[in-house]
Amino acid sequence: MKITIEEEKCCGAGQCVLVAPEVFDQRDEDGIVVLLEPVPPADQQAAAREAAQVCPAAAIHIHEEA
Amino acid sequence: MTAPGNAAPPRHVVVVGASAAGLAVVEEVRRQGFTGEVTLVGDEPGLPYDRPPLSKQLLAGEWETDRLLLRAPERFEELEVTHRPGTAATGLDTGTRTVRLADGGTVGYDALVIATGAGAVHPPSLGAGLRGAQVLRSLADALQLRGSLARGGRLVVVGAGFVGAEAAAVARGMGVPVTMVDPLPLPMVNVLGDEVARLLAGRHTAAGVDLRCGVGVEEVLADGGRARGVVLTDGTVVETGTVLVAVGARPAVRWLEGSGVRLGDRGRDGVEGVLCDPRGLAADGVWAAGDVAAWFDPATGRHRRGEHRLGAAEQGRAVGAALLGAEPPAPSPPYFWSDQYDLKLQSYGATGRDMASAVVEGSLAEGRFIAVYGHRGADGLPRTVDGVIGISAQGCGCRSALHKKTTIRSANGARIEGRVMAHCADIAGGRGGQTRAGNGMCRRAPNGAPPRKQFSARTSAFLLLRRREPEPTVMTATADHAIYLEPFVPEPLTP
Repeated sequence: MKITIEEEKCCGAGQCVLVAPEVFDQRDEDGIVVLLEPVPPADQQAAAREAAQVCPAAAIHIHEEA
Repeated sequence: MTAPGNAAPPRHVVVVGASAAGLAVVEEVRRQGFTGEVTLVGDEPGLPYDRPPLSKQLLAGEWETDRLLLRAPERFEELEVTHRPGTAATGLDTGTRTVRLADGGTVGYDALVIATGAGAVHPPSLGAGLRGAQVLRSLADALQLRGSLARGGRLVVVGAGFVGAEAAAVARGMGVPVTMVDPLPLPMVNVLGDEVARLLAGRHTAAGVDLRCGVGVEEVLADGGRARGVVLTDGTVVETGTVLVAVGARPAVRWLEGSGVRLGDRGRDGVEGVLCDPRGLAADGVWAAGDVAAWFDPATGRHRRGEHRLGAAEQGRAVGAALLGAEPPAPSPPYFWSDQYDLKLQSYGATGRDMASAVVEGSLAEGRFIAVYGHRGADGLPRTVDGVIGISAQGCGCRSALHKKTTIRSANGARIEGRVMAHCADIAGGRGGQTRAGNGMCRRAPNGAPPRKQFSARTSAFLLLRRREPEPTVMTATADHAIYLEPFVPEPLTP
């Protein structure tokens, strides 16, 4: 699995950090998403999928085949 | 595994409404491992797209249509859904479990999810049917308005809520003259409260918006079927060829009339929409999620309907799990955001004009601050924290307080997911630390004793948590902070 994010879409809701704190973080200055694990380990993949699903700005993309 | 509303696990899940809530249902049932048939019916053409950018980046011309897709075509393909775009549902027979479609066809279901959203209200008195007078709800609406703005001339915005205020800001950014009219005294005042709404009004005025608050629109003037101006209730006439009517939305439930699905009545139920139980179940095998759905809220004993983007996705997820008999995920606090000019506004939890509020970080004068909202104490300040609003310009330091991540472990080792919402030194400080909060975090007493259930003056901070504890609980956290959780029960302040 490979994750990409679109920073310009991020609204800073922080849902991804609540769901998958090992994979996502937020910049301190403006709350915009920071991708910690572009290729998350197996035990983080379910949480990453969930984060992409709940992101209210559709800013997280999951590429399963990568 | 038994699902309420479904005696047997469904074989065919039908979702009517192909926006944020509907897509979330589809994704969740697949995520849960459902391999049966899934049909997604939507009245708009094309793949599911996102609506918040319609009054922001799309209207401004910064983004084109393809950037609004909720999922890339190949990702959507992976969901293996029978997609019926451009096909409105026109009726429902809960006896035979059949949805009627506008093209004359029908589709049968084992589990149905109603996710038809809401439609923008456009009353005849506000120029419904006239060219140049429009609402903003769909991609087609947004592209039409963008075209009108590009042609020049004044934009009159009727209604200074989310959609109206965002569109006004975008139009000013394009150099379009804007008049914004609202019968309420300030823009977005019902959600922001007076003080914050006053700040927002100042930003619009400073940006050159001709803001007319406390006045309504009597009628839209027309010439040959085309809008040419608006008459305000104070008698003023504003000439314009472009009128954006942004006076709210109503749940799209017309197709459900006579179906037996219970629909809310504003007088009787206090809310419109599909009346559901606390998990989104509306009738046997019928669920509802998103703007169309009014879920029962056990805390207040009433049905509640929201119109925010995160709530739609979360309800969709919860229904997707529940209809398969799986445990739905815990809901987050209500959340919304709005972008106007260089301002980013974010809100968590319950806020509103009828609540007490206090700025706890930054200042209104700077236009960068965090304010908490809660039940009003005897001193006029909030004595609970039920919600938080943060406004920041780009690069604002105070926004970080909204996002500071805190890892908290309870005494039994369970992790509590939360994030620091605001420091409240200003509320508690100087007021003897009397302010109480529903869910809070405060400094541990120096001797390591559990904190008293009130905030210390210096280091109090609030957490809005993903779940609420039924009973007050004292928990440990870092060396100098402790967490306690308790239900939001207002109590009188002791003098």
